Amino acid sequence: MSKLGNLGARLYRGEVGYDFVGKRKIWYGISILITITAIVGLAVRGLNMGIEFEGGAVFNTPKTSVSVAQAEESAEKASGHDAIVQKLGDDKLRIQIAGVDIKKSDQIKKSLAEDLDVKAGDIDADLVGPSWGDQIANKAWQGLAIFMVLVVIYLAIAFEWRMALAALIALIHDITITVGVYALVGFEVTPGTVIGLLTILGYSLYDTVVVFDSLKEQSKDITKQTKYTYSELANRSINGTLVRSINTTVVALLPVAGLLFIGGGALGAGMLNDISLSLFVGLAAGAYSSIFIATPLVADFKEREPQMKALKKRVLAKRAAAAAKGESAEAPESYADEEPQDDAVPGDAAPAVVGPRSQPASRNRGRGRPSGKRR
Amino acid sequence: MAAPKKGRRQSAPGKPGRSLVFILIALVALTGGMFLSGHTTPRLGIDLAGGTSITLEAKNEPGQKNAINPDNMNTAVDIINNRVNGLGVSEAEVQTQGDKNIIVNIPKGSNEKQAREQVGTTAQLYFRPVITQAPGQPTPEPSTSPSSGTDKEKDKDKATDKATDKATDKAGSPSGTPTSQGRAVSEALKADPTPSASDKDKDKGGKKDETPKPDPATAKLQEQFTKLDCTDKKQRAAAGRGIKPSDPTIACGKSPDGKTWDKFILAPAELNGKDVDDAKAVINQQSGAWVVNMEFTKGGAKKFSKTTSKLSQQQSPQNQFAIVLDGEVASAPSVNTTLSTNAEISGSFNQESAKDLANILSYGALPLTFHEQSVTTVSPALGGEQLKAGLIAGAIGLALVIIYLVAYYRGLSLIAIASLLVSAALTYTIMTLLGPTIKFALNLPAVCGAIVAIGITADSFIVFFERVRDEIREGRTLRPAVERGWPRARRTILVSDFVSFLAAAVLFVVTVGKVQGFAFTLGLTTLLDVVVVFFFTKPLMTLMARKKFFASGHKWSGLDPERLGAKPPLRRSRRTTAPPAGPVDPKEA
Repeated sequence: MSKLGNLGARLYRGEVGYDFVGKRKIWYGISILITITAIVGLAVRGLNMGIEFEGGAVFNTPKTSVSVAQAEESAEKASGHDAIVQKLGDDKLRIQIAGVDIKKSDQIKKSLAEDLDVKAGDIDADLVGPSWGDQIANKAWQGLAIFMVLVVIYLAIAFEWRMALAALIALIHDITITVGVYALVGFEVTPGTVIGLLTILGYSLYDTVVVFDSLKEQSKDITKQTKYTYSELANRSINGTLVRSINTTVVALLPVAGLLFIGGGALGAGMLNDISLSLFVGLAAGAYSSIFIATPLVADFKEREPQMKALKKRVLAKRAAAAAKGESAEAPESYADEEPQDDAVPGDAAPAVVGPRSQPASRNRGRGRPSGKRR
Repeated sequence: MAAPKKGRRQSAPGKPGRSLVFILIALVALTGGMFLSGHTTPRLGIDLAGGTSITLEAKNEPGQKNAINPDNMNTAVDIINNRVNGLGVSEAEVQTQGDKNIIVNIPKGSNEKQAREQVGTTAQLYFRPVITQAPGQPTPEPSTSPSSGTDKEKDKDKATDKATDKATDKAGSPSGTPTSQGRAVSEALKADPTPSASDKDKDKGGKKDETPKPDPATAKLQEQFTKLDCTDKKQRAAAGRGIKPSDPTIACGKSPDGKTWDKFILAPAELNGKDVDDAKAVINQQSGAWVVNMEFTKGGAKKFSKTTSKLSQQQSPQNQFAIVLDGEVASAPSVNTTLSTNAEISGSFNQESAKDLANILSYGALPLTFHEQSVTTVSPALGGEQLKAGLIAGAIGLALVIIYLVAYYRGLSLIAIASLLVSAALTYTIMTLLGPTIKFALNLPAVCGAIVAIGITADSFIVFFERVRDEIREGRTLRPAVERGWPRARRTILVSDFVSFLAAAVLFVVTVGKVQGFAFTLGLTTLLDVVVVFFFTKPLMTLMARKKFFASGHKWSGLDPERLGAKPPLRRSRRTTAPPAGPVDPKEA
């Protein structure tokens, strides 16, 4: 673990770092691929909506000795859909099955009657409407739309509009991927799934905001220095918060993984699976997008500003001048697209003093630290 | 390690002891409240605990041939859903079954009787001017004076500045002779029917007769009125059944003392439930009794002021308007000024019945009349094994989180684990207490949400710890590191939690049903996250920073400068790394 701690320190000081922003085209590519897969999955397979949204058939049986679990099994066997089975009063059963129409219900009735050992005529079959009706769905969409608008406004005020836009793109990315995975896996969409999606919505933004907060701090006085371009700084802030991001993601995913693999795995399909799958995929996508998508996007948007373009020029010119002077390549490799990239960690060549050092005052406060120790 | 110099400016550590004591007191109080209320587990939703299932059947009313159609059924589902699940946290489920049934599932532990009353009430609300009023016994002579003075609650007219309403005590004595009585009736029946009243056929009230003719309908009404015995339940229910709002009718109503019955002849309805915008249960300042205060919509207020200005010039009892709910007169206040924005229903309410009525009125009337077909208990839809699995999985997840935190943060993880425990205890007690107070019920998605909230809560600690460790890497000792790291960690925590809370608040206000329940849970856990970090984690950290074990950077403390790769203060090493850009100075208070 001490290695980890040290790694954290080196990440913090920017001694080591992974070039997240520089390789952004790769991440965008990966994300676009996954998103396209998700959309294709949605278009081809569609979502398997549960009885709560679609309505379906309900079968009320007379008294039977069959247990709820057995009835569930036979109902699913008869219909090919998930069934909700409840005991009514004393040993009567209410079996609700999604996606069943009148024609099919007769067949199901027959096979249920065989399995449950009752007369087919004694089973009341009826159609049920959705308990999660249009009103709930419409209001949920409305709420989402209002929230998105407000959150973009808030982020634009708290940070800036570019970050707000990037956070929104990352959010849409997470939701699309999660819904797409649902379509591909073919799990039934239940109210639990929707709740899971909404949880992700909050979490994805939350995660992105933490990274942006550090980015904002790092780039406060960016125009007053000529060491780094914006993209490099963005990369530093990702690396600086990397330990926190990894820890948070692990801590958030562990319980959900527990739900998915232990809870869901032990019980087979069920509500737990519905919720935990959407949570697991969504949390993972949220953690990924806050590092690989949102921050590089902000860097992309920022580099278009004239101010930042000028800064990049200055930085590159300074580096070129330093190189021309025969200085050792101190500066980290640049992210300019036209330059070949090498991932060399800055070597420890002898420091060369170039001009006055700009050191934060807090560095040598009463520490008697010899100046010139750092550049 | 240089000791922090005295007199150096740093944000005051505050009084960590005080907040810790505060949060512990809160915990003890909540736990105590939980045991006192007798509810020691949160209410569970119908998916986990089962409950009661009520099947309602729509009835065909005379004169409404095609009323039972999918549109009306869906409207009824929405309205019933609003009634039983006003806040969205009670987990009741409402759905149609077949063409004319509605199933309402109510979780265990809710007031079943109250729910049954709420779902079945049609809540057809009409405002009708009173023509005649008499005690509820069959009247041999219409000239008897009413038994009790009707103690009319006056409505405060907020639109005008007149706050001079007194509760007037008018003994509504109907005018003496049958002839004048008859005239009064036909006179009053000339009131224009409201535009909202759906009258397709010409009714007597709509005609503008200059000369009052003896009117067969009026006579018939008079006869019915004379015979009506309001003390008889059957007759009460039958009174005025099937009569259109645009026709005059007879009705019963409890007299204001709530003990006897009065009967009324009522003119066509001037306003109906659609004109009511909102209804609230409030305590009337003058009488100290529970009443239901209704606010009208714009159009409703216009109609209401027209009606009341007309009525205020009448003699008793014709200066009263009756508020008729499902065919029964809820109250019949008299009017002596023009009112417009709101009206008050008074009667023998207690807090609960006033709230129920307000709730029912707020969501409007059912388009159909329902009667209860069956009431049975239902078992949990998911079965106990799902909840058990969820809780086991959650516990395993929590254990994994703790193992990870211990491995990574060593001694610091004690603080994290203590904070998580406090957070869990707070969440549990609050959710339990919300069961009886706002009918909050926990369903499986909410349980999963609470498990995810572990991660979000832990994140706040991680942000804070990483900040402190960064400060130590800068070469600071622990106490200043904690005090300097806090303001920046605090900002990050607040900004990101605000986003979560915004989501919760917007969804709670806008949505209904299960989504609203989710928003409530999210908002609660987010708030608790902030409370725990501010009043528990930070003070605890401040206290721990004074302990030698942490302050000296013991290698198991998770704050060992060596381990963290802090810069040794006095060593000439040829560092080639650049300092972080810009001065790294948090804004300090």
